[in-house]
Amino acid sequence: MQQIVFFFIRNKNSLLFLLLFIISIALTVNSHSFHKNKVATSANAVSGGIYSFKQNILDYINLKEQNNILIDENKRLRQMLSFVTDSIQLDSTQPPHELLKFKYRAARVINNSFSKSKNYLTLNKGRKDGIKVDMGVVSSRGVVGIVNSVSENYATVQSVLNTKSQINAQLKNTDHFGTLVWRTGSPFEATLIDIPRQVVLTAGDTIITDGKSTIFPEGILVGSIKDFTLSSNKDYYDVSVSLFNDMTNLRHVYVIENTEKDEIISLENALDNAE
Amino acid sequence: MQSNDFLINAARFLILLFIQVIFLNNINLFGYINPYLYILFIMVYPFTGNQSLLIVLAFVLGLSIDIFSDSGGAHAAAAVFIAFVRPAILKFSFGVSYEYNTIKISKTAMGERLTYIAIMVLIHHLVLFSMEIFNFKHILLILKSTLFSGVFSSVLILCTILIFSRKN
Repeated sequence: MQQIVFFFIRNKNSLLFLLLFIISIALTVNSHSFHKNKVATSANAVSGGIYSFKQNILDYINLKEQNNILIDENKRLRQMLSFVTDSIQLDSTQPPHELLKFKYRAARVINNSFSKSKNYLTLNKGRKDGIKVDMGVVSSRGVVGIVNSVSENYATVQSVLNTKSQINAQLKNTDHFGTLVWRTGSPFEATLIDIPRQVVLTAGDTIITDGKSTIFPEGILVGSIKDFTLSSNKDYYDVSVSLFNDMTNLRHVYVIENTEKDEIISLENALDNAE
Repeated sequence: MQSNDFLINAARFLILLFIQVIFLNNINLFGYINPYLYILFIMVYPFTGNQSLLIVLAFVLGLSIDIFSDSGGAHAAAAVFIAFVRPAILKFSFGVSYEYNTIKISKTAMGERLTYIAIMVLIHHLVLFSMEIFNFKHILLILKSTLFSGVFSSVLILCTILIFSRKN
């Protein structure tokens, strides 16, 4: 017995090191697996509070540019609205069902990373404001990412610039769809995979989200084709996409809720269970 | 003396943590190079101080940085690792006699000090980027990040030590 006690006392540093190192590795592995990143995130009261304090100060620095981005968006939306009112009468008291399917909530980015291989953003809205895990996040210029953890007042978003991210996207002209991934490197480029070989591609074609996932509505802008090569098995294209969004300069974003998501998912699960 | 040491270390811990998460994590030189100044805490921790306490403190410091930067446990693992191997590196850099003299890092010879900083930074960054990227297909990216960030961190740490040692 005494031997064992002496052993622990003699090696207490090594044992302590091993214990803490294993905990760290477990946390790291946990953060690298899909849909499990919920142990230690910046969506908590302390780091969220500090980041919003920082952002409140930094907000003044490029106020002018952010205002221009918002004005541009307003202009575009007003132009779209003028088309709509020409053909259909908009009834503001009873919005059409299609518009209610997706609910938008505005949020502010209080922390943003883009230089690592797994990048996250922190938003200043949380569970209290109706944000839930797996909601889509877009800015005025295109897709930003997917919410991956929420606390009472804050949420973290798995950015498009994350090697774990996989977003359904399609070509605007031909409706062929693939998966948008990011293979580290430039924060201005992503890769669209699984586009079949027979599709005719042209540099400059627009890529948008497709409506097949329950996260994003159809037609949100993603980017334009920069370059494409056949992948190693020669059946699919690897398309490099230059993103419309400047991921290094994000301030105002919208969180999208699909109100029919639960229904779609329970229907799909029922189908899986029946098989 | 005891409580004075405690206060200095506590202040150093908090100041380095906030400088790291608020300023240094957002530098992104050439797109991806960030310096990691917070390991200065582990480097200048009293050479004769309690080793077990240092390992625990390094873990807490690393985990705090991880929480702020959403990196799982990468910083915690790297910080705990260098806290554990520090005595061996001290012995290698300053010779076997370091244990008997209560030397301060600001009073050591320049060459020895550089060796110490460079080895600590390189080991820390290698563990950190291996954990953060976590894919051996990207081994070149790991080595590249280690080298570039390592040079940046070493220079920053050396400058910080020089600036704060002039007063003594």
